[in-house]
Amino acid sequence: MFNNIYMKIIERPKVKVTSKMAASMSTCRKYLLHFVNEHIDFRLAELKSIVKLCGTELKYDEQSYDKKNPFLIVGLPSESCAKKIMKRAILIRSMYELWAEGNNRDQLCTNIKNIPTEQLRPYLSPDLSYRFKIETFNKTISMEDKLQRIENMPYDVLDFQGKVKLKNPDHSFHWIEYYGYANAPPTPEPTKLYFGRWIADGQRDKIREYHLQKRHFIGNTSMDAALSLIMANVGLVKENLFVFDPFVGTGSLLVAAAHNGAYVMGTDIDFQLLHAKAKPSRVKQKVRAKDESIHANLKQYGFGHLYLDALVADASNTQLWREQPLFDVIITDPPYGIREAAVKSGKKKTPNEVAEEHKEKYIPPKVQYGLSDIYKDLLNFAAKYLVLNGRLVYWLPIIRTDYSDDNVPQHPCFKLQSNCEQAMTETIGRRLITMEKVIDYQEQSDDFKATYVKDHYTKSFRERYFTNWGQPKNIEKSQTNDTTNPEHKHSEYKQPMSTDKSTIATNNESIATNNASIAKNNEPITQSGVIHKHCDLSEPIEVELQHGAIPEQH
Amino acid sequence: MFFTKLLKMNLFTHNMLTSNIIKGVTKGYPLGIEATEVKTSEREFNPDFIGRMIPRLEWPAVVEGAKMLGQDAVPEEVPSDYETNEEFLKQAHRLLLEVTVQEGNLICPESGRKFPITNGIANMLLKEDET
Repeated sequence: MFNNIYMKIIERPKVKVTSKMAASMSTCRKYLLHFVNEHIDFRLAELKSIVKLCGTELKYDEQSYDKKNPFLIVGLPSESCAKKIMKRAILIRSMYELWAEGNNRDQLCTNIKNIPTEQLRPYLSPDLSYRFKIETFNKTISMEDKLQRIENMPYDVLDFQGKVKLKNPDHSFHWIEYYGYANAPPTPEPTKLYFGRWIADGQRDKIREYHLQKRHFIGNTSMDAALSLIMANVGLVKENLFVFDPFVGTGSLLVAAAHNGAYVMGTDIDFQLLHAKAKPSRVKQKVRAKDESIHANLKQYGFGHLYLDALVADASNTQLWREQPLFDVIITDPPYGIREAAVKSGKKKTPNEVAEEHKEKYIPPKVQYGLSDIYKDLLNFAAKYLVLNGRLVYWLPIIRTDYSDDNVPQHPCFKLQSNCEQAMTETIGRRLITMEKVIDYQEQSDDFKATYVKDHYTKSFRERYFTNWGQPKNIEKSQTNDTTNPEHKHSEYKQPMSTDKSTIATNNESIATNNASIAKNNEPITQSGVIHKHCDLSEPIEVELQHGAIPEQH
Repeated sequence: MFFTKLLKMNLFTHNMLTSNIIKGVTKGYPLGIEATEVKTSEREFNPDFIGRMIPRLEWPAVVEGAKMLGQDAVPEEVPSDYETNEEFLKQAHRLLLEVTVQEGNLICPESGRKFPITNGIANMLLKEDET
């Protein structure tokens, strides 16, 4: 019955049930969360972060948590907390005040009949309009079936006196039937049913609002809107914070941070990109517009005043910053050398002679920047420059079959908050790591450095990564340059899930939900530009970029 | 297009940068500023944000930088009641975020090495023989 589950979720002190008690119950009700059916590994991390941001508390049954089930019952102190949470939630579709549940229709009806009158009374008034909605998960049912469910509601209890209003009623009551996991065949009858009052929907519309396709300035590795917003959530980004991205690119993560009211700054080693001189990422675009910039992206959404600065700088040179905790949050997507080469400025064997007159515009050569070092540098940097309790949020590319939690870099200043996987294929993926600075940085101590229990990024990582991506190893250069080569149009490489980043289809309807690159007619594009011109790894990178840009097969 | 180019290097960033990345430089702070184009553009005043940032700044470097950019009305010190002192916060807001350098150089105080600012974006990259 209703109260049994309530007891499971919220441990209340054992006291005699009195009328006062009933009143206090109404201040700490249970709510039903209906999660979006994507990025399922990120749900709890996002939810817990938002709860922390809202300064509230959440109770749920951790033991019976099933991440494949999109429904979760939680206890929250108040409806205003519930609404606050939904103002930030990207991965929660809707939230309901849970009134009753059951394992079959009859049981649900019985439990609806047992809803305490005090709970119902505020909604029965003739002044309040209402509607019923029938929702099903993992099965579509006919309109007749839906009507039949509505007709069979226990109206002796649900005795709403107000008018039925289908659009924007004062209250919306939802009857929800769950037919098992998505992608599995629906169960013949629902295995779980819920009845509740709708509270709020999440921020799914923000994903459309910030969709990369509509963004002024994008690059090959621009992070898609949903994941950027999730990163801002797990980073606890909020109003008036100072957020920094050391691998800023086109500033996708900063847009999400500014959306939440934070002031933003970023650096990138790519001079051409920050100055909008890099080769455009949109297929039809030949040159970048003069006004393409991170600042323009922020202005596009009305966040111009939150833009602090963008610098051309090498993230491996951490000494660039005055040593003091400066940033509230660091959110970043380091270059894994997949779409964009992972480089830092550095020495070739024989330094180039640079004529005096060219010095000003000179761009130093870049050398390969091993992933292993990128992450160590990133943690060391964040340890120094994050404020205490500030969060560091970043992506870690992985080979899923080899990965273990020992591959996550560690630092004595940081405590791991969450580690969520986004699978790309059966064997490769990436993980969103969230860490919180819990100890002040101490320069003197030798132990105060980032380490791995087990380094995932040994020399062969890239090779293994691409082997696992399922691509032929030796593609001749002539082929890779020819983007119209029919062999490349329809990828023979199997990609069950979307590619990792920023795909924008020029055709509206073929927008991938998950992101990826800009492609039209399944035509992969090559990325050229500064990087590999200066880079010894130019050939492999070109090959990789090409494959990285293969559109998904949905 | 409704976009205008407004990327500009400001004293807020200047306050946090050092040239300590150059070989042989020990402190590299504060950087000198050589501005060929200084602009002042209005920006939404947010006393809470400025107030939060004041403790993270080296105020003497703000004063020095402001003078290099030809600013007057520069408070020499941070008043003890800075969090509620709206007059000070407004001055700080103007100096840190509204006065910006579009073209010029940041200069290492020890080696004299110039870091060019073009289109308001400072380039802090070094040549391979400088690191």
